[in-house]
Amino acid sequence: MEGDIANMGQYIGAGLAGIGSGASAIGVGHVAGNFLSGALRNPSAAAGQTATLFIGIAFAEALGIFSFLVALLLMFAV
Amino acid sequence: MAQNEAATLVEEGASHGGAAAAHGGESGLNIHPMDQFVIQPLFHDGAVGMFTVTNSTLWMAIAVLSAVLLLVIGTRGCDVVPSRAQSVAELAYGFVHKMVEDVTGRDALKYFPYIMTLFMFIVLANGLALLPMSFAPTAQFAVTVPLALAVFIAVTALGFIKNGAAFLGLFWVGSAPLVLRPVLAVIELISYFVRPVSHSVRLAGNIMAGHAVLKVFAGFAGALGIFAVIPVLAIALFYALELLVAFIQAYIFTILTCVYLKDALHPSH
Repeated sequence: MEGDIANMGQYIGAGLAGIGSGASAIGVGHVAGNFLSGALRNPSAAAGQTATLFIGIAFAEALGIFSFLVALLLMFAV
Repeated sequence: MAQNEAATLVEEGASHGGAAAAHGGESGLNIHPMDQFVIQPLFHDGAVGMFTVTNSTLWMAIAVLSAVLLLVIGTRGCDVVPSRAQSVAELAYGFVHKMVEDVTGRDALKYFPYIMTLFMFIVLANGLALLPMSFAPTAQFAVTVPLALAVFIAVTALGFIKNGAAFLGLFWVGSAPLVLRPVLAVIELISYFVRPVSHSVRLAGNIMAGHAVLKVFAGFAGALGIFAVIPVLAIALFYALELLVAFIQAYIFTILTCVYLKDALHPSH
């Protein structure tokens, strides 16, 4: 019985951690969208900033991957 | 028993289509998306020790061998009109060279070999992992954490060797108000030590998530009968996305290495 409740907690926790990937999707979209709106205003400066774009996307995405990691830990390691 | 379940599932799939997929989890649909990341010894059964040759070792070795094949054997001719292998090798070399030069500066070009090695290993390991029946070594934290730790330790040591105590200026934000500086120093310090964590987890997590998604859709395809066309199409689309991700993650790992290197060489804000 107690094991069942612990299992249930694991699954609920893993599902809640999944919300984090949605939140990081918002972040990545925000970075890419703002880059695009800036790039369309000044296309000549856009090419030099693609590296910055990818770094920004990577930082925004890392936190989503952390939540994925938490979900994985709950499912398989706890 | 299991065959009966599979048979009923296929029947359900034929009559209900998508409904079977929705209820698949509870009616015993056998999807084990994480099984593909299990490390197995190649030549004998039993425990995996420090020096056991595993499937991960094999695919890392294949990645290293293909890098050598491409960059050493492929450019052996040094033709003026390059062969296919030589032009790919030149493209990769020029790409990473330009990245180091743009992000870190010309004075960092002497660290270019290390960054090139990192990029070629990761991009080839990611790419080869997308072959059917292969293994993804970069989805293992045991592979990516040493890669990230090596970068972290090398960059920190380099920062102290090049700048001495002035390297600590990286944590002391001179442009902020004096009251805020100690607080910011703590935050900067924490974010500095989280670097290897996010650096390694980003690569492994992305590759692992992508491969797990492919496996989940493959599980749907096995249970849907004639409607398996839909998940198979989805797999094709995700596979294209994964090809992109395999390259972009290698690019991001490399460019973050360049950024960290730049911080170490020029620590002032």
